Amino acid sequence: MIPTNYYIVLSAILFGLGVLAFIFKRNIISIFMSIELMLNAVNLAFVAFSQAMHKLDGQVFVLFVIVVAAAEAAVGLAIIILTARNRQSLNVERVDLLKL
Amino acid sequence: MTAPLIIFFVLATLAVGGALSLIFQKHPIHSALSLIVVMVALAGLYLLMGAEFVAAVQIIVYGGAIMVLFVFVIMLLNAGIEEHTNFSKLAGFPGLLLAFALTGFIAATIARSTDTVQAASQPGNMASTRDLSTMIFKDFVYPFELTSFLILVAVLGAIVLAQREAKP
Repeated sequence: MIPTNYYIVLSAILFGLGVLAFIFKRNIISIFMSIELMLNAVNLAFVAFSQAMHKLDGQVFVLFVIVVAAAEAAVGLAIIILTARNRQSLNVERVDLLKL
Repeated sequence: MTAPLIIFFVLATLAVGGALSLIFQKHPIHSALSLIVVMVALAGLYLLMGAEFVAAVQIIVYGGAIMVLFVFVIMLLNAGIEEHTNFSKLAGFPGLLLAFALTGFIAATIARSTDTVQAASQPGNMASTRDLSTMIFKDFVYPFELTSFLILVAVLGAIVLAQREAKP
């Protein structure tokens, strides 16, 4: 039996790495992938708590999170394709139309 | 050190290594492949926790569908090596600081709440996929049906957004 803390600490580490990637990546697709990494970290915490509490609610929530992530990926990637087509670049620094 | 603990540490190392690789790879396709490693390692951890159905869905939907979509878009847009721009110091230093502060805050919260979680973590009867399906189709049936509308709206939105402008 592995202590639940180990899973939660791993989840926190993965979430922190996701935040780091979100901040430091310049490519818009890489930034989108770091969001997926953070969602995965949260899913790990959900399943760990579900196992610790002996309730299945956590696992049901994980399934819903995965569905929402799939929908988000579809819409987000469509927006990325649109942005790349309009600006001829995937660099977020080049998307500066609102900048003074 | 028992066998499950060794498996846990191997999978955890794989997951953290994949996440680090995602940060340090310059090419988006390498980042995507690193993310697939993370997802497969997490599926292994779900199996270790006795959540077989979630592990299967993780591999099929995340590792299969979503990452294929990512790789497809990367290849469609012909994404090359990330060009290095000198981003503002304001984003660099406080960003790193905030990320560490967030991780520290989460760690502190975990450290404070260990007792309650540890107390609840007793080996007992493992939940099965049958119980999970009963729960989804009995207690969560309305949210479950709503997700189908969500997917429908997402598909419509993606098609409307990504289609080319019709020639007049």
